[in-house]
Amino acid sequence: MADEGLFPWKDLPLGCAGTEPGSSRRFNTGDWRSRRYPVTDREVCIKCGLCWIICPDMAYSPDPEAEGYYTWDSYYCKGCGICLEECPKDAISWKEEKEEDKYGPACGA
Amino acid sequence: MGRRVGLEVSLACAEVVGLCNADVVAAYPITPQTHIVEHLSEMVADGHLDAEFVPVESEHSAMSCCVGSSAAGARTFTSTSSQGLALMHEILFIAASLRLPIVMAVANRSLSGPISIWNDHSDIMAERDIGWIQTFAENGQEVVDLTIHAFKVAEDSRVCLPVAVNLDGFILTHVIEPIELPDKEEVDAYLPAFEPSQSLDTANPISMGIVGMPEIYTEAKKANAVALEDSYEVIKEHWAGMAEKFGRTYKPIETYRTDDADTVFVTMGSLGETTMSAVDQMREDGINVGQVRIRLWRPFPVEDFMEAIAGAKTLIVIDRALSPGLPAGPVATELRGLLYAKGASPYVANFVCGLGGRDVTRAQFIEMYQTAQKAAASGEEMTCQMVGVKE
Repeated sequence: MADEGLFPWKDLPLGCAGTEPGSSRRFNTGDWRSRRYPVTDREVCIKCGLCWIICPDMAYSPDPEAEGYYTWDSYYCKGCGICLEECPKDAISWKEEKEEDKYGPACGA
Repeated sequence: MGRRVGLEVSLACAEVVGLCNADVVAAYPITPQTHIVEHLSEMVADGHLDAEFVPVESEHSAMSCCVGSSAAGARTFTSTSSQGLALMHEILFIAASLRLPIVMAVANRSLSGPISIWNDHSDIMAERDIGWIQTFAENGQEVVDLTIHAFKVAEDSRVCLPVAVNLDGFILTHVIEPIELPDKEEVDAYLPAFEPSQSLDTANPISMGIVGMPEIYTEAKKANAVALEDSYEVIKEHWAGMAEKFGRTYKPIETYRTDDADTVFVTMGSLGETTMSAVDQMREDGINVGQVRIRLWRPFPVEDFMEAIAGAKTLIVIDRALSPGLPAGPVATELRGLLYAKGASPYVANFVCGLGGRDVTRAQFIEMYQTAQKAAASGEEMTCQMVGVKE
């Protein structure tokens, strides 16, 4: 179906307004990523949280299973590399990504 | 029943915006719009109008500010002209696509270069596709009435679209005319307080101006286009309401002596009054000529226009702007397309005149008529002619 996933024009809110708060959460910015994704070496990581603060797509969040560390979400990471650039310990590096495991790794650890 | 006053049309425009209880006016002065916003600024400063006057640093900011204030639920007015309208360009589309009922008076003026502050329709013709409702006034009284009507239509929950009221720079803006200004109570009764269909409200948060991915952009544009088309009925309904309230009747297409006319002039804006006097003179000479005035330019009143020109063998379409590179002005181009689609084939003669403030005389309309008759008799296609160019 060519029109799969489309909204009928009559159903759009007035002026195409976003009437549901936080709807951008559904926006798969990870789809923009190509070839590689960031991986944090937790041996080097000092838990400063800079990756969490500076990530423009909020792909990082506190790891509920390892206090002080941060997990990475493939759904939102668009592969910009700002975390690699800003990490004070150079703990984050690229890993080559195969098409089949694009949404595979839930965490770079 | 209002009061009859002798008033410069710009001041009348400002006064009527006051009568309409505008909440926010954001504008940047530009000739020949200046007196409109100058007077509004004065009215706010003197406490005659309880509104926020925002003296922005450019027209781009003026329209951006209007978008913000209208989105916040304020009755919003601005006015501009020529280069100022051009500088607003990108925001004009946004105002329409966000469905914000902003009202703007456009004091029509030519575009540079050469630099010209004088009247023609180059500015608004360059903004044809902004998605706004667009009307043209022929005299001061029409400016007053169309401005009240503009707020009424724009804010109607069935419409929610911005409206541009066009008035010719200098020819209207700087001329003192006898005008009937309605009473405040009359306007209040006709135009109640603005109740936005949706607005920015922390208790009920929404996002305006969000990204439209390819999956949604087409549908969003379709919704906008349909809203503009559907506004036609509401526009007519509110003109009928105005006739009842204020005693003056307006139609999307106005006709003058067209009943038995073989040849019909098609005009927009104040030049129509000169055309009318030329039609009168030709009628006295036994020539069956009439006139059609396009009051509503967007949404274009297709059926009204077809009905108005139904009996005519020849149309003389007057353009007040050039479309360089095409042998027809913008109005004639549109009308030819429309006639073709309708299978109608009157002979269309097209003249561009009154550019950059050049006067167009009654005698020139008679010359246009003669040229058109000759061309129509020859049956050969007539490319657009510029009137009064010195060789």
